[in-house]
Amino acid sequence: MSVELGHFALVLALALALVQALVPLLGARLGSAPLMRMGEPVAITGFALIAFAFAALVLAYVQSDFSVLNVWENSHSAKPLLFKITGTWGNHEGSMLLWVLILAFFGALVAAFGQNLPPTLRANVLAIQGLIASAFLLFILFTSNPFIRLERAPIEGRDLNPILQDIGLAIHPPLLYLGYVGFSISFSFAVAALIDGRLDAAWARWVRPWTLVAWAFLTGGIAMGSYWAYYELGWGGFWFWDPVENASLMPWLAGTALLHSAIVMEKRSALKIWTVLLAILTFSLSLLGTFLVRSGVLTSVHSFATDPTRGVFILAILVFFIGGALALFAVRGASLAPGGLFHPISREGALVFNNLMLTTAAATVLIGTLYPLLIEAISEDKISVGAPFFNLTFVPLFLPLLLAVPFGPLLAWKRGDLPGALQRLQFAFWAAGAAAIASYFLIDRANAAAALGIGLGLWLVFGALTDLAFKSGIGKVGPALALRRLSGLPLSMFGTCFAHAGLGLTVLGIVSVTALQAEKILTMQPGQSTEISGYTLRFVDLRPFTGPNYTEDRAEFALGTTRGASLGELVSSKRLYTARGMPTTEAGIRTMGLSQLYVSIGDRTPAGLVVRIWWKPFVTLIWAGALVMMGGGFISLMDRRLRVGAPARRKAALAADGGGTR
Amino acid sequence: MTRKQKRLAVIGSGMGFLALAAALTFYALGQQTSYFYMPSDLLSQPAAAQERIRLGGLVQQGSVERGQGTHVSFVVADGQNGVPVVYDGILPDLFREEQGVVIEGRMGPDGVFVADTVLAKHDETYMPREVADRLKKDGLWQEQ
Repeated sequence: MSVELGHFALVLALALALVQALVPLLGARLGSAPLMRMGEPVAITGFALIAFAFAALVLAYVQSDFSVLNVWENSHSAKPLLFKITGTWGNHEGSMLLWVLILAFFGALVAAFGQNLPPTLRANVLAIQGLIASAFLLFILFTSNPFIRLERAPIEGRDLNPILQDIGLAIHPPLLYLGYVGFSISFSFAVAALIDGRLDAAWARWVRPWTLVAWAFLTGGIAMGSYWAYYELGWGGFWFWDPVENASLMPWLAGTALLHSAIVMEKRSALKIWTVLLAILTFSLSLLGTFLVRSGVLTSVHSFATDPTRGVFILAILVFFIGGALALFAVRGASLAPGGLFHPISREGALVFNNLMLTTAAATVLIGTLYPLLIEAISEDKISVGAPFFNLTFVPLFLPLLLAVPFGPLLAWKRGDLPGALQRLQFAFWAAGAAAIASYFLIDRANAAAALGIGLGLWLVFGALTDLAFKSGIGKVGPALALRRLSGLPLSMFGTCFAHAGLGLTVLGIVSVTALQAEKILTMQPGQSTEISGYTLRFVDLRPFTGPNYTEDRAEFALGTTRGASLGELVSSKRLYTARGMPTTEAGIRTMGLSQLYVSIGDRTPAGLVVRIWWKPFVTLIWAGALVMMGGGFISLMDRRLRVGAPARRKAALAADGGGTR
Repeated sequence: MTRKQKRLAVIGSGMGFLALAAALTFYALGQQTSYFYMPSDLLSQPAAAQERIRLGGLVQQGSVERGQGTHVSFVVADGQNGVPVVYDGILPDLFREEQGVVIEGRMGPDGVFVADTVLAKHDETYMPREVADRLKKDGLWQEQ
């Protein structure tokens, strides 16, 4: 019964989304306040209905209701409860439902907290959100309905892909979607501004926090996806330049650019047209990502089923929204008044440089991702573009950006003082340089690139801290005063510092793993030992074990240092999920400090068990850095001057603390 | 410098950067992409020596032989022809005889394909798309 109610709620939500798409827009055209105001209750009710539908599907999964096709295809009664719940979005239909749930959630947030927006802007934004929701609800109901019943209910389900039976499924997709779909708000604001033909600093003040929220979640979502792939797939890689990964990286790059250009627009009302274009492009890349992942043009763990009608449908949505928004931009964009002028060496100049680099990098990723599809469509040749392509294009384009990051916050608006900034960054430069030289001589003399990379990562970290140190006067005034000044700095400055330092940590992690990791593949008999990077690993035995819905062979290793100290046991296993008869590798990972020892096992051969061992120095920094970046985003959001709240309240707050600088 | 000159300098350097990016991209597309072959393609139009390619097909029944340690050899076939492959490392979980597989590597001068990567599949129904398309086209495989 609840399944039918959920289905019905989803149909109702579609009807409401259509109302939301049309009525407020019409109201804004006619200047009718009641029609414009209709958007808010409709958006909130629509969200409630989709949430109800989603809850109904979750319930069907929890109860293992195999009379529902979607549950039968992707669940199993013996699956642990957590995986029954997360399995709801571990398939095409359920994940699309999560997609629109989050879309409606963001729309409802605008409706609930947008009281201070100009009424026509609010009405237009909600209408665009309603239009996007309508398109995707149509898509779900016509091509990907999760509520279809089976005539005769099977006794047992076909189980979820074992790779997805992991805590990662509870974290990665929701975070990623909060990011991906969150950019729809920036998009709606951009399109609404184009419809209105009006764009002011208040607009940027609104768009920036939404972009920040989406960006922070997307950062976390990508990082968690990367860590999941790292420990689950058993190959020990953290990034494969797989098209599906690129699909999430592109909106991240464009979103990062948008975040920075929105700052320029808010503070200096420059780069208006560019910011609007970026807002459109960022969400367009999110849509493109959805298309690439969900349409089945790519095969990966993310594309659950291939059904040509789905691909065509999403493609139509893609063309409609991207084409429509860009056409509107072409017609209206030029009428938006350009803003303030600035000197190339200035905060604005630095942010323009940032935007140029990020969008170019995003463009190379786009080309590398779409090129094989294009070639196949034209010539039927099948080619693959992999890591070597991206290492040759993306990496060199990204390096100058990384070098320049510490300068940005140290340059003044309008006209900056480059020698002054250089002087302030002296300490960061020498500290990073000393670390690079030390790592060259101490760790690996054959590897100058690694030393430079480590220097680059530290340059970013120290550079970010320099900004705070300089602004609080550390080293210039007494420690008590400096501390007081530091605690008085606006939170957004801490946010910037965290985000930039987090980037540095990620760079450090990537460099040290890429350049310094040790790898060993060998066959081992029980009792045999091997050494890697100062640790010994003794293969104790291979024992069978039975889990709730799988059986496994567990290889037990005794871990110790080469000096003889024991570090306990490490287990790595090969599992067989009985329902699908599908094997997986469960890597044994031991975290020591920031580094990890990673063991995965292969087949049993006459010579022994095939064992692959990696020593991964500072590997955890890759994801820890991303979490620090994400934290920086949220710290910045807490800054009351940037509250998602409103311009009016902001003025009051400013008046209360005597008017802020900056 | 006048304002106009400054602006030109900024735009010029921006364009220069884009040109650099475009040049890198074209160079990399020319150099760093690998073509997909089936065993029959390799016999009719051999890949250049040392060119990195992708080879797809089915793992021939009874061809998998384990050598010393982690060395494995097998034959990738497409119903008409087969190519011998050697590989040193851990095979993916779903590597089985009679199953579709995509491998990356280079053709050796002795006609043996030296694989550096054997691509894993993610579920039991998934046939590498390139392989499935070709087998369907040649009428050697039908979707269940």
